[in-house]
Amino acid sequence: MEFNATLLGQAITFAILVWFTMKFVWPPLTNMMDERAKRIADGLAAAERGKQDLEAAEKRVADELRQAKQQATELVLAAEKRANQIVDEAKDAARTEGAKLVADAKAQIDQEVLRAKESLREQVASLAVSGAEKILRKEIDAAKHADLLASIKAEF
Amino acid sequence: MASNATEYIQHHLTFWKSSHEGGFWTLHLDTFSVSLILGFIFLAVFATVARNAKMENPGRLQMFVETIVEMVDTQVKEIFHAKSKVIAPLALTIFCWIFLMNTMDLLPVDLLPMVAQWIGHTFFGADPAHVYLRVVPSADVNATFAMSLSVMLCIIGFSIAAKGLGGWTKELFTAPFHAEGLVMTIILAPVNFAFQLVELAAKPISLALRLFGNMYSGELIFILIALLPVAFQWILGAPWAIFHILVITLQAFVFMMLTIVYLSLAVEKH
Repeated sequence: MEFNATLLGQAITFAILVWFTMKFVWPPLTNMMDERAKRIADGLAAAERGKQDLEAAEKRVADELRQAKQQATELVLAAEKRANQIVDEAKDAARTEGAKLVADAKAQIDQEVLRAKESLREQVASLAVSGAEKILRKEIDAAKHADLLASIKAEF
Repeated sequence: MASNATEYIQHHLTFWKSSHEGGFWTLHLDTFSVSLILGFIFLAVFATVARNAKMENPGRLQMFVETIVEMVDTQVKEIFHAKSKVIAPLALTIFCWIFLMNTMDLLPVDLLPMVAQWIGHTFFGADPAHVYLRVVPSADVNATFAMSLSVMLCIIGFSIAAKGLGGWTKELFTAPFHAEGLVMTIILAPVNFAFQLVELAAKPISLALRLFGNMYSGELIFILIALLPVAFQWILGAPWAIFHILVITLQAFVFMMLTIVYLSLAVEKH
């Protein structure tokens, strides 16, 4: 054990090493490491937030899907109902129309029959009159017996 | 063999001195240069890594450096509760520098001295018997005391910074025995002062001698093992070297931890 100036030299070296470490080694390294730790923490927080967002979004999607399904079911039901209604209405209308057509046709037929009967009667009357005329030409004066003739005609 | 062995050991335990007369202004050139080179290696590696540190995808060297920095940072944060910009870099420097100096113990005991002898003989025409080189700086009391006395200066500096010059001086005379009343205070003042001086002196002495003792004894045992026949050296050398891996790390760690503890005691208010 001998103490000498080496001690001073070593102390100076030591002081320089400590100063250099304090200036150029420690701050950049610890700053970088702190920043990295912060970044990792931020990343984890962001991931957690993302997970929560995803869960919320999934829940909302499920809700909307359920709502949409319900709406669709309602729409289909309403449409079916409406369709039935339309068919019913159309049936009713068709039935009414058909009845009307039948009624019209019947009325026309009746009319036609009436008209045919009329013309037939007239023809029969005129035939009868003309027959009677031919028979009675000589004794019956048309002008004289016009009343009679008309009454006969009316009787047909 | 006996005188030969003694000579061999003595040769290994002699410093490479700047002058042969001795005296205070003699430098141990081996301790000084080896520790300086190791210190610069430490600074070069750590400063390069610090300058090129990447936040993402750090390389292996950066991870290694970060592990050490993290370890030191954790210890400092756990023990030292005041704010200080000095203490963490101080602790890191102490740990790495002492570790590197201790690591020189693991080199074969004859390797660097033989290189030195060859260089001295070939280029300077020196007598190989008078070329000395001790490669473990921490086995030199000058190196260990240089650090521990610097730590003691830090202790005093930290105390004064935390308590003020008056507060520190007052504490020198009023602790560890707290007196009540003026008379008792005056009676206890010299006792307290003596205790404080012993406490203050014991810290650097224990720090320095613990490291020095471990490294010196380790080196000595390596030298003794080197005296064995070559075929049998590994039987003792290998276990001792493996054990020494633990010792050199532990001694560096202990020196660093005690420095942090002493400094945290220094800033604490009683």
